[in-house]
Amino acid sequence: MTASIVHRATGDGMATIGTLLLVWWLAAIAAGPAAYGVFLDVFTTSTGSLNALGWIVGVGLTWSVFQHMMSGIRHLVMDTGAAFELKVNQRLALLTFVASTLLTIAFWLFLGNK
Amino acid sequence: MGTEIGRVRGLGSAGHGAQHWWHQKLTAGTNFLLIVWLLASIATLPSYDHGTVRLWLHSAWAAIPMALLIASVFYHFRLGLQVVIEDYSHKESRFVLTVLVNVFTLATAGTAIFSILKVAFGATA
Repeated sequence: MTASIVHRATGDGMATIGTLLLVWWLAAIAAGPAAYGVFLDVFTTSTGSLNALGWIVGVGLTWSVFQHMMSGIRHLVMDTGAAFELKVNQRLALLTFVASTLLTIAFWLFLGNK
Repeated sequence: MGTEIGRVRGLGSAGHGAQHWWHQKLTAGTNFLLIVWLLASIATLPSYDHGTVRLWLHSAWAAIPMALLIASVFYHFRLGLQVVIEDYSHKESRFVLTVLVNVFTLATAGTAIFSILKVAFGATA
């Protein structure tokens, strides 16, 4: 049940906040260095590293992407009629959270170690 | 052409059959490929200043998948938000919210596609 609610919550979050940020990012790239600087200033400090908002939005969006992706794959598996037994179903739901959290950590470790 | 029953079979009460569900599944698959591409592209960019990011999006190898991503992801979230509205909202508010979701999707998708094309067809520097 939790996986289903979180699937919807992450989907709604990405569809609203994620969409506006993605479009803002693309429009800022097209508009030029000044507009792009405004975008960067909201999420980074003067040294170029992420500020508090940058971390919250960055980690929040990447975890949402990975969690929605993992529970989406779970939905596709269940569409075949598989994994409806209670134990398997619950284990698969738990696995989506483990996988999305590990993928988020891996993604940010990769960015941090570049 | 055909029989009466043959003309309505599989269409359901809304007259669209399983089209909404099926398109949600198809775009889930294309979203997966395109989002993995975007995450990998962002992760492997040498830096995130305007010049670097613009040069990346200027290339057809980035502009085309990015435009396809907008089409696939935005259609997918429009279908998803429609289901949420149909679950929780009824009567007039359902109609108003559904129209607003369509306006939001088209306005954001239009802005995104225009931005991508502007960068892709703009001068290199």
